[in-house]
Parts: sequence; structure tokens; C-alpha cells
Amino acid sequence: MLAPVVHILPITRIRRHRLLPVAGRVLIRKGQNINPNDVVAEANLHPHHVLLDVAHSLGVPKGDADRYLERDAGDTVSEGDVLAGPVGWNKRVLRAPCSGRIVLSGDGKMLLEEEKPPFQILAGLPGVVAFLIPGRGAVIESVGSLVQGVWGNGAVGFGVLHVLIKKPDDILTMDQIEVDLRGKVILTGYCGEEQVLRSLSELPIQGLVLSSMDSALIPLAKEQPFPIVVIDGFGVLPMNSLAYNLLRTSSEREITVNAEKRDVYTNQRPEVLISMPVDQVVQEPRDTIVFSPGQRVRIVRAPHQAKIGTLIAIKTDLDVLPNGVKAKIAEVELENSKKIKLPLANLEVLE
Amino acid sequence: MTTPSEEGGSLLAIDVGEINTRAVLFDVVEGRYRFLAFGTARTTAQAPQNHIMEGVLRAISRLEEITGRALIGEDNRVITPGSLDGSGVDVFITTMSAGPPLKVLVVGLLEDVSLASAKQLVSTTYAQVIETIGLNDGKKPEERLDIILSCRPDLIIIAGGTENGATNSVIRLVESVRLACSLMPKEQRPEVLYTGNQALLEEVENKLGSLTKLYKSPNVRPGLDVEQFSPAQARMAEIFRSFRISQIPGTSDLDEWSGNRLLPTSTAFGRIIQFLSKVYDPTKGVLGVDVGASATTIASAFDGELTLGVFPEYGLGQGLSGLLDDVSLEEIQRWVPLEVGTDYIRDYIFNKTIYPASLPVTEEDLAIELALTRQAIRCSISCASDGFPKKIGLSADGLLPWFEPIVATGSVLTQAPSYGHSLLTLLDALQPTSITTVVLDQSNLTAPLGAAASIKPFISVQVLESSAYLSLATVITPISNARPGSPILRLRVTYESGDETSFDIKQGTLEALPIPMGEAARLRLQPLNRSDVGMGGPGRGGSVRVVGGILGVVIDARGRPLLLPGDTGRRQALYKKWLWTLGG
Repeated sequence: MLAPVVHILPITRIRRHRLLPVAGRVLIRKGQNINPNDVVAEANLHPHHVLLDVAHSLGVPKGDADRYLERDAGDTVSEGDVLAGPVGWNKRVLRAPCSGRIVLSGDGKMLLEEEKPPFQILAGLPGVVAFLIPGRGAVIESVGSLVQGVWGNGAVGFGVLHVLIKKPDDILTMDQIEVDLRGKVILTGYCGEEQVLRSLSELPIQGLVLSSMDSALIPLAKEQPFPIVVIDGFGVLPMNSLAYNLLRTSSEREITVNAEKRDVYTNQRPEVLISMPVDQVVQEPRDTIVFSPGQRVRIVRAPHQAKIGTLIAIKTDLDVLPNGVKAKIAEVELENSKKIKLPLANLEVLE
Repeated sequence: MTTPSEEGGSLLAIDVGEINTRAVLFDVVEGRYRFLAFGTARTTAQAPQNHIMEGVLRAISRLEEITGRALIGEDNRVITPGSLDGSGVDVFITTMSAGPPLKVLVVGLLEDVSLASAKQLVSTTYAQVIETIGLNDGKKPEERLDIILSCRPDLIIIAGGTENGATNSVIRLVESVRLACSLMPKEQRPEVLYTGNQALLEEVENKLGSLTKLYKSPNVRPGLDVEQFSPAQARMAEIFRSFRISQIPGTSDLDEWSGNRLLPTSTAFGRIIQFLSKVYDPTKGVLGVDVGASATTIASAFDGELTLGVFPEYGLGQGLSGLLDDVSLEEIQRWVPLEVGTDYIRDYIFNKTIYPASLPVTEEDLAIELALTRQAIRCSISCASDGFPKKIGLSADGLLPWFEPIVATGSVLTQAPSYGHSLLTLLDALQPTSITTVVLDQSNLTAPLGAAASIKPFISVQVLESSAYLSLATVITPISNARPGSPILRLRVTYESGDETSFDIKQGTLEALPIPMGEAARLRLQPLNRSDVGMGGPGRGGSVRVVGGILGVVIDARGRPLLLPGDTGRRQALYKKWLWTLGG
């Protein structure tokens, strides 16, 4: 059976596509070294148009209006520029109500696209531009420690990692919020208080990496300007031991937090990366794996959610769980040597 | 008329679901079609595979292991036609529900007329309305332009103008669509389905035909009081197929294998419900419920008139959190028969959206899963009822019309711990009225049979009659305003053996008569306290022949609508009692 894969690796090579949802302008070049906050490409996702009635504005018949046009389709104009006219003894003119670009003109009308700050897609990780995808973006390559999460608030940031977590099941509380966290990326456990998020926002911080979060905080988390990555899920959950050990020992190192939303079609996941220069050749991790005994796995549903273990056996036929649900069963040995049985569907392979 | 043997033998059906791909094999055994076996594998539409054929081949390979028949040749294609040695199949068909819902922008004239019909049309396949533009929405032409450019729909449906009705207003809206399309790069332009005033077909073709792919269908709202969905619905299925071919690698191969007959799973599911409604009593409807990860589908048909509702927002997969847009956590919690807080339920929902294929292991998680199923079905049936024929729709107090039978499928129901869990979930969610039979499609065969129906008419009929469909129970629902505990129905049961027994049913109770599976009995129903058992009105009774299902005959006198006690302890005790009654 094909297995879902999650990457928690001390060193690996990663390649990430950074693409606009629509055609736009690519602002980087192949081979360029880039930082997480560098803009890869930009486009106008939400255009605002203004339809101007040239004939009415100039007070001329619709059929005559076009001969008074001073600017053509495709021209860029600034607010107040004369677009048509002058006409008559009082020299009536039509001026641009905003800066922008003339999209269409004719039949006594003019369509102006207002100039707006474009939507920008950020690199999200430090690295090198492996290749460009014309009009859409680029593929960026990097090497370092990688921890993938399950949920992100959509923001991207980087900074120095400050480790607040002392044990995997720590809970972030208000009394831990101090001014020396300002400008840092915070690694901590469960966050369940709205006030904690608001306080971190006021500092502000550069990023937040959580083991788990109260799902009631999702709307507030999405409003935060700094990236938030949840590593293991919603509800009070400890951080999985692999991520905990890897990140806890990376205190004071530069860390990139790419809290992009999960996209199951592009394999995009929220993740944190600690970039490191290496001389030796580092391979990309595998994404396609079939379940087999001996694999290290993470449990994704209660009970034992976020725990790590080793897959011992897979039963070929359906079996009945204690609650009566029929499922294909796997046997897993947890890190404390306890052996448990659970649905194979509740596992993902750590690679 | 041809017979099964004249129609040709075996049929392999592939259903590509959001989570699992299923390969289902049918063949002629002793002159009748039989469902033989199915194989499943994880669907591979998503990353990292991003190619559905891997999942398809794995599902077929699993089916080969189970049946011992060779179905895939050395060229990695299905062997057709079937050989005398048992290898290969004669017919191959495909249905599909995997993939993101199509993003649809609806354009029409009046909110309650053409826009309402167009929105209902969208709900007939795996699609979601992301924005609407109407004649009276108060928006300027440039605002309409910005809406189309910003929301980047996959498809724009233009409706409006009854036959011999408005033309200029429709053309103004078409003009907005034309302008937006002309400003987009060609590869990003939405496709357009025009289903408005047919007098404008040529003009619409002139304005949009050269800019984008334009589909046309007969007017979905030919008159103010007349709707016709069938032709446009067929177009929607065609558009779905076309999008999936362009969006999901491997779909074109699968479509080619099936002779370019790939159907949305919901369309195929609806076909069977429509067929059944022609076979059964035309005064009642037939209801189909399919609870899936990608959507919950409600198919209802009255005397051959099908109403199909596909609700991706109420699917139990990635989109599950969308349920919270329409219902509160407390509404979901009332269906949970255990002490579980709303915070835990919300966390459960968001964890499930991350891992939609995962399964409940604890009693609490199972209870939440079934509570979510109840709520998803209730929301879906509420939306779908807008499309029921006016003369049959929900009654003033929101009760379901008389459906007989009710066919349910979806792995959350078919893999529930017991038949009692499945039936109680359906009774709570649907709250049927009168006398009905609740049938469980245990192997999710309805959609494959619907897809096969146009090629092999016999297969649907004969498999539907087989044991692949399990009658859970005949359910009798007396409706009364009597106080809880008051007798509302006197029952006299005459078994086939001639034995008789009589007893009263009290308001607020759920009872099961142990009539064995497949055995008939005659029930004499005498309503008390002017209860209504669907025999012509309140207080009217009579005699009826019933056949026992796996859970016998169930009398659901819990009230309509079903009002659960506010007190958690009392509610939990009742649930345990009801489940125990149903053998769960």
C-alpha cells in the first residue's frame, strides 16, 4: 500500500516550486542566491478597473468621442493626466482618476486598470534558483535540516531560533512571553490562548513553531503577520520526538519558517528549514514509498497521535478495531518499546 | 430484448474516489449478472504521484489477486475482450469523484429565477459556486469585470431570459463575460456554459465562441415556473469529464479505456435512483444518499424525475471544516452519545481535514465521526430539498417526503461497527416518514451500476436484486403530537407461520420487531392519538405486508422532527438504548 510521507531530516536537499497562480513577472534569475523573503515573482491578482465615459465627460456625441482621445490602449498614465480633450470653448478634458494602464478605448469609452501593489510570491527558503518557469516563478534548491508540519498560516519569515520548549508536551503560557523574544523565531509546544498569540504579535516575533494548537485559534493565527507552523496537529499534543530533538538542538541558528498552506496536489506543506552549507552530495528525500516493516512512522490520529514508532507488521486482511471499525491493521512498536495495533491509514512514513 | 448472455459477459468498473480507487468486477453466472469482487487502492490523483493510473492499476491488481483472473495485459492495459480462459473483461467503465470541486461563477438575471436555477445546476456535480453576478446586484460593469478576473473561475454558467423573454439584459451580461475573457491570457480563460434564452444562441456564439470553449444547452429556466435540468446536467457531466482530463494526469487514459464514457460518480449514482423510481410506486419517491470524502450526494427521484444534489461542502474529507460555516459545534455535539466537549470536536474536525483517510480508533472518535456524518447528511438533504418537485417537497414542518426505498452508501456507513450504527445514523440524519425500506449498498456498487446501465441494462436490474444490496430494515414512522410515553400505534403482527402478537408503541420510543431477514409478515396498524403512519392521514390505519431486513422491522416513534433531550446524560442514555434496540 502506498504510504504518505513526511520529512523530518537532519540534512537533506530540497527543491521547492514557487509559482504564481496566474501569469505574472518573474523577478529573479537562474543561479541567483536568494533569501526566504526575496520576491520570486509578482502579478496583479485582484485588478481594479475604472470604466470612463469619454463622450459624457467631454459632452460630445458618442460617435465623435474617439477623435478627442489623447492616449491609447496600453499606455501607462498617472492620476490627473489628460486622457481626452480639450473640447469646446471651455476646453473640457477627461483626466485619469487614478494612476494605471489603459486597457481598452473606443466607442466613446475607456477602460483603465488602476495601479495597485502586486501580489508577490516569496522564496520561502534560502538557496539557489535551480531554474525559472517563465511567467510563473522558479524552482529553488537548498540544503539543510528539514521539519515538515501539518498546518501553516500562510506567512513566510526567518530569524534566529529561540527554544522555549523544555519537554515535548510543554504548553506556551503568558508568563513565558518576554521582551527578549522580539525578532526571534520561537520554538514551543502547545498554544491554546488567544492572548499569547496577541502578545507575540505585539513584540513582534519573526515566526512561531508549535507542536500543536487549539483549533479555535486558527482565525486569529491566519491574521498574524509572522509565520506559524503547527508540527503535529490540533488539540493538546506533544511534539513528535524526532522534530523535538532536531529543533531543540538548533537553538540560536538561523531558521526559515515557511508556513504555506498545505496543498495536496502540489505536495506543498508548511515546513521549517535550517540551511547549512555542505560540501558532500546530499540526495533529495523520497516522496513515494510503499508501507513495509522496519519503517519509522508517525501516528496521525488519537490515541498516540504524534508518537513515533517502528512499523513491525501489516495484516493483509481487514481486522476489527476495539470500537468495531473494520480496517487494515498495522503493528507498531513505539519508542518506549510498547507494541500497539492501529489502522495502517493512521500512519505516515518518516523519510 | 437481449439477455445477459447476448449482452456480453464481464464488466470491470473503476471508481476513482477522493481517497480510494475501487475496481469492481461483474460477470454472468448461471445466466444472471453477479457482483464478483472488488479491489481497492489509495487514489493517486494527489501528490506525489499526481497520476491516477498508479492507483487504478494497483486496485485492479488487488482484484486480480482476489479473483485469480488476469485483467491487465503485458502492455499495462486492461485486457479486452474477455477470453475463454477467464482473463480480461468485455466492458470497461469508469466513474470519478476525485479532484477539487470545479469553481463556478454563475451569471443570470433574477436572483430567485435564473440564478436560482443555475445554482441548482452547479450542485448536480462536483462543483461550487464561488461568485454570482445578477442583473439586479447593483454592480457596475467594471465591478463585474473585476469579479470575474479576481475569482478566476474554471467555468462560467450564463442563465437567464425565459424562452421568448429578455434578450438585451442577457446580452449585457454576456458582454461582461466577453470583456473579462478578452483580458485574460488564453490559457487562463474560464470555459462557459450558456443555458439561457435560446433565441440568443447565435449571438452568444459570436461573442464568446472565438474566445473560449463554449458549451450550450437548452434553457435551464425556460419559463418563470418551469425548470429543465436534464440537458444542462448532461452538459455539466461532460464539462466535469473535460476538466478532470485536463487537471488530473492519467484521467485521459482511463477515459480512453472506457470508450470516452467517464462519468462523475454522482451522475452514475443518480441514474440508478432515477431507474428505481420508475420501477417502484410512482406516488412515492426513491432516495439515494452517498456520503463520501469529496462530497455528500443526495439523489432523489419521483416517477422518473431526478433531483441530484452534490455537496462538496459537506464531504467528510479535506473540506470537512466547511461544515462549520453552516452549523455550530453544539449542533454536531448533540449527535454525540458520549461526554465529548465542543473543543475536542473542533480539533477532531481540523485534524481530519489534514488526514482525511485516517480512521477513528477510540469510542469518542467513532462517535464524532458518526455525528459528523449525521450532520453532513442533514445539511445536504436540507439543500437538496429545494430541488424536490414542488408538489412533493418538504412539508410545512420540514418533514421528509415519503421515500421508498432509501438507498445509502459510503464507507463511513458501510464500514460502521454494526448495522445498528449504520441504520441509527441514517434514521437520525434523514428522519424518514411513513413506511420505508432502508437499503445499504455494502460494496458501493450503485455508481458503477449506473455507469453500466446504458451499456448493459440487465446488469443494474439483476445486481440490484441480489444480496449485494442489504436491506437494513423496513422502518415504520408514526408521527404524532402526543406526549412522550403516550401510546400512538397499536400493532398486530401476523408472521408467516401464522403466529400473532399485538402491542402498543409509545411516543418517543424506537422498537425493533424480530422479523427475520427476507421473511414477510402482515402488520395491522391502528393509529392511536391521531398519529399518522402514512396510510392516508392522521388516525388512518390499515394492513400492510412488510419484509424483514437484517435488523427486522423497526418502528421509529421518536417524533418528527426528532428532538433530542438537552440534558447530556439523558441523551446519552437514550442513544445507548436505541443502539441496543438495533443490536449495535
